[in-house]
Amino acid sequence: MRRIEVPELAVVAMVGVSGSGKSTFARAHFKATEILSSDHYRGIVSDDETDQSASGDAFDALYFFLGKRLTRAKLTVVDATNVRFEDRKKLIEYARKFHCFAVAIVVDAPERICHERNATRPDRQFGPQVIHRQHAELRRSIRNLEREGFRYVHIVKPEDEIEIVRTPSWNNKRHASGPFDIIGDVHGCAPELRQLLATLGYERSAAAQAESPWGDEFWRHPEGRRAVFVGDLVDRGPAILDAVRIVRNMMRDGAAFCVAGNHDVKLVRWLRGKKLQIKHGLQRSIDEIETLDAADRVRLASFLDSLLSHYVFDGGKLVVAHAGLREEMHGRTSGGVREFCLYGETTGETDEFGLPVRYNWAAEYRGRATVVYGHTPVPEPQWLNNTANIDTGAVFGGALTALRYPEREFVSVPAARVYAEPVRAIKPIEPDRGDVLDLADVTGKRFVETRLARNVTIREENSIDALEVMSRFATDPHWLIYLPPTMSPCETSTRPDYLEYPTEAFEYFRRNEVRRVICEEKHMGSRAVVVVCRDADAARRRFGVIDGKHGVCYTRTGRPFFPADNDESGLVARVQSALTKAGFWEEFQSDWFCLDCELMPWSAKARELILQQYAAVGEAGEAALSEVAGLRPEFARRLQLVRQYREAYRRYCWPVTSLDDYKLAPFHLLASEGRVHVDKTNLWHMETLRRLAANDPQLTATRYVEVDVDAPEAACKWWEELTSQGGEGMVIKPLEFIAKGPKGLVQPALKCRGREYLRIIYGPECTAEDQLERLRARALGGKRSLAMREFALGVEALERFVSKEPLRRVHECVFGGLALESEAVDPRL
Amino acid sequence: MILSLTSKVRPATDLGFLLHKNPANTHRAELSFGAATVFYSEVSEEKCTACLLLEISPVELVRGARQLEDYVNDRPYVASSYMSVAIGRVFGTALAGNCAKRPELVDLKMPLTARLPVVRARGPELLTRIFEPLGYVVTAEPIPLDETNPAWGLSPYFRLTLETTATVHDVLSHLYVLLPVIDEEKHYFIGADEVAKLLRHGEGWLATHPERELIVKRYLRRSASLVSQALEQFEGESNTEKELERPITLHTERVSIVGERLRALGAKSVIDLGCGEGKLLRRLLADRAFDRVAGMDVSHRSLELAAERLRLDRMNDRQRERIQLFQGSLLYRDKRLEGFDAAALVEVIEHMDVPRLAAMERVVFEFARPRHVLVTTPNKEYNVLFPALPPDRMRHNDHRFEWTRAEFATWADRTATRFGYRVTVEPLGPLHETHGAPSQLAVFSL
Repeated sequence: MRRIEVPELAVVAMVGVSGSGKSTFARAHFKATEILSSDHYRGIVSDDETDQSASGDAFDALYFFLGKRLTRAKLTVVDATNVRFEDRKKLIEYARKFHCFAVAIVVDAPERICHERNATRPDRQFGPQVIHRQHAELRRSIRNLEREGFRYVHIVKPEDEIEIVRTPSWNNKRHASGPFDIIGDVHGCAPELRQLLATLGYERSAAAQAESPWGDEFWRHPEGRRAVFVGDLVDRGPAILDAVRIVRNMMRDGAAFCVAGNHDVKLVRWLRGKKLQIKHGLQRSIDEIETLDAADRVRLASFLDSLLSHYVFDGGKLVVAHAGLREEMHGRTSGGVREFCLYGETTGETDEFGLPVRYNWAAEYRGRATVVYGHTPVPEPQWLNNTANIDTGAVFGGALTALRYPEREFVSVPAARVYAEPVRAIKPIEPDRGDVLDLADVTGKRFVETRLARNVTIREENSIDALEVMSRFATDPHWLIYLPPTMSPCETSTRPDYLEYPTEAFEYFRRNEVRRVICEEKHMGSRAVVVVCRDADAARRRFGVIDGKHGVCYTRTGRPFFPADNDESGLVARVQSALTKAGFWEEFQSDWFCLDCELMPWSAKARELILQQYAAVGEAGEAALSEVAGLRPEFARRLQLVRQYREAYRRYCWPVTSLDDYKLAPFHLLASEGRVHVDKTNLWHMETLRRLAANDPQLTATRYVEVDVDAPEAACKWWEELTSQGGEGMVIKPLEFIAKGPKGLVQPALKCRGREYLRIIYGPECTAEDQLERLRARALGGKRSLAMREFALGVEALERFVSKEPLRRVHECVFGGLALESEAVDPRL
Repeated sequence: MILSLTSKVRPATDLGFLLHKNPANTHRAELSFGAATVFYSEVSEEKCTACLLLEISPVELVRGARQLEDYVNDRPYVASSYMSVAIGRVFGTALAGNCAKRPELVDLKMPLTARLPVVRARGPELLTRIFEPLGYVVTAEPIPLDETNPAWGLSPYFRLTLETTATVHDVLSHLYVLLPVIDEEKHYFIGADEVAKLLRHGEGWLATHPERELIVKRYLRRSASLVSQALEQFEGESNTEKELERPITLHTERVSIVGERLRALGAKSVIDLGCGEGKLLRRLLADRAFDRVAGMDVSHRSLELAAERLRLDRMNDRQRERIQLFQGSLLYRDKRLEGFDAAALVEVIEHMDVPRLAAMERVVFEFARPRHVLVTTPNKEYNVLFPALPPDRMRHNDHRFEWTRAEFATWADRTATRFGYRVTVEPLGPLHETHGAPSQLAVFSL
């Protein structure tokens, strides 16, 4: 049995003359879906696998699928004769383009056997001269295959017993999930490195035996954390060999990984005798190396040369490379990948200092994996699109920075002094912090990943609607960190004269094994989200807004609540002062809050709707029915219903002339710095916000009762009281903000609306017996599914914002929620 | 929901013959959307009143409903296209001008009064403009919106009484056509046969009606192709002549100037950012100087209209390759906006909230970065010259701001400086000596 090693991702070219057994070999050793056969594609495009005139189209199709598979990092076997250089060249190009190895497996069968085999196959009657020619081409090719660019060439005989072994890529450390401390460019700053390691909790120990030239300085973390160095250990700094020793010993110990930096690579070349320009601090390294003997220099060179250009950790969620890495290169291997890792991407131009102008790949980065890198010194460690630059220029007198993973915290120690002067001033990479959103991040059919509901699908037609609303009517997206979910009503009541009654809501929660619920009075207002910062500076810092606002108040579809900015700023100021009086800034250690509220009166936002729709319809109904009321008793009854309907909408209207006429009832304290408060109970939200509301007469605490679903009588009675006075009804929520039952997530809230209120939802005459009967048959499935998806998106948006993900990642959820709102659901639910 | 028709000519009961409904009985007809009942509230030699009572079934009403507004609906109560359909059904014979038993009555003009307790109309003027030319004495009594909230003002409804001396057939035809015209909503799909229906029932009066165009447009719900089809019947060729004589609108002038300027700048490829229904695109496509023209708008509906107006589906491949339409937003960076010689934003920026202009500026000037950018926006100072515009109002409901000449120039200079463009600002449209031109144009160049 012969073992053949094939990299886990490769383009495998089967090479051999017709009839040599390539296809049989491929089928025996690879999955059917991994094999792209030229014969098969000839058949696909022409219905005839042997039609040589179809080869051009067949290979176009084959290459198309090859590209798709390689994009998805799938090993692919190309089953064609591949005996000619031109055919193989294309495969090498594909391997390069997709940054993976090309492997040739040559099936070397004697010409005679190939002849015999072809002779037995009715579709292969192309004469011996073809085989002969192919054989000659193959013979000429074999010795050149490696030079052509095949990383591995395996020649197999038909009689060989072969086992294919797939080898993981060296950079594949997906199984290593951390925790890690990723450390920026050291550049010989051994003193700062020691200090940083100590700060991070690493402990120094001496090895029993010192090994030349590595010494005995060993560092390890008592909890098994591991360090990952982003490279550039050498040059410029005060103690270059010490820095290399520390890293090398930690690696030896299994306590660290290190990727190569451009300086490390250059030093290897110098050590191996290349003539180089001695600049950018190389002299410092040379000075220290002078002290080493020849054998130690070889050891040093071979250590630095052994450093890989990047690593993929933690199931693919973390990538470390010296200068960063585009997503399509993660885990790949090619000269192009190495170049990128070492030098980043350059535009080809040079700046006034003769340094290459760098292309800001991170600005366009949309990958899932967090990429941590250094190379370009920046004043502060910088997050951009899930990438972090942690080179804070220790050697230039900045700081040596580590990123704790998965905590995503930066830990820095300042440099003791300036060891080298930077060639160009250190400045943030680009002022762009991802604050200009990209259309490609929101349109088309999208899947938004959420913690609560996995993928939420956003359909393309809904995105189309949402784009218009978001662009024309919404509040500045920087402020939009949450859209509240829609709320489903409870199931239809079976009681005569009632469409909704609380029993069904309690029943829903009982069915889902939620025993304790909270009933909150439903205010007769409009849903409003209030985002408030401590001051304009906090707003700028945390939300990236430049409009000078301290906060915003927006509707459930993201529109500014108030037509005039000064009303909004007035309300924000009231909330600010209440937060101050309640001591919330300190208590929550936050200089911003996001509150989910009801803003009253309903007529404030809905004035146009009330005038143009509710009042108008009421008047039309009254005028028309008065005319005919005398004709039949039925019309008199209908007139009575219309009058009740008019009473219902009038209750929700009071004139608003100034800000003082508004009432705000916050019922969820959704988020503050570092925390999304969905881990608290709804009881906590009620009580916490009651404390807040006590500080301003304009704020209203929400009345509520806690209920055991097995004993809901008192709550039902309370609901009857509320609604008989014309109240809107109540909202029933599980005690836990995020409640799970045997079948997964439970509705975060159900509404149970009163009879009077429903008149303005279902129409003036909805309580007429025949109408009520028809309305009872209403399907809630769509509404509930929508509520759940919107809930998941809302929580996700907050969680992303709180963990300081880029704007586009937060916006994706908010935009998705808005898009879902255009799904067709019975608007009366 | 009720229409009454009163005749006071002796014997008034002749009305029963004319309407083909015996005053002694109640007549009921089932309609797809409800029931119509005809009864007589007064029957005497002197005075006879026929009533058409229309009850609309709520099931039919909410068919296809999407918004809450559709459920809380005035349709059951007002006289609308439902009433027209009912007239056609229950008074079909009279509407067609037939009266088998008493044919001599058909062409008899008699004093008639029609009453509609609730009609919806924009204003009382519309009612007089439409009915007076047909010889009616119009009494439109406005109805308050809500008597408990007098501050809310008047409702869009009127108690309408129409008095005239005419044939029953004429009055029914008028009502049949004009009820949906007043109400401006039709509960059914408007197809090609709607034109024929209009011409049939408008025969003898519509052609000479001074508000003919308004009636046709509203009856056909402003479907451009149907309206022109109908108007051609009346006007023949004269329509195009009228087109020519129509004064050039401000917007047309704006589009034409922007087009000329783009040509003069030597732009071969142009993207119209906020193309709306495609007026500038049409101008650019007509000019071979432009090889490639693209239109972007945030409104999907506008793009559909633009595609329709440009007749995209009838273009040959070569023409089709020159034009591209897509939905996008100026607030989002978009690779599709790159690679054009010039971009035009004609009356677009004033539709954006001021704080969001910063994003637009980066999207256009930093990322799309065409060699030239043309931006037009209203000149606020000129507003005083619009007599109908109250002083504190803007020209359009959706305008988020309107700038003076100085404000626009400041913005243009700042933007040009920030993104490394040169800019010139000029008036756009007829110049007034103190207030400037109605619009203003900034031309940015790299």
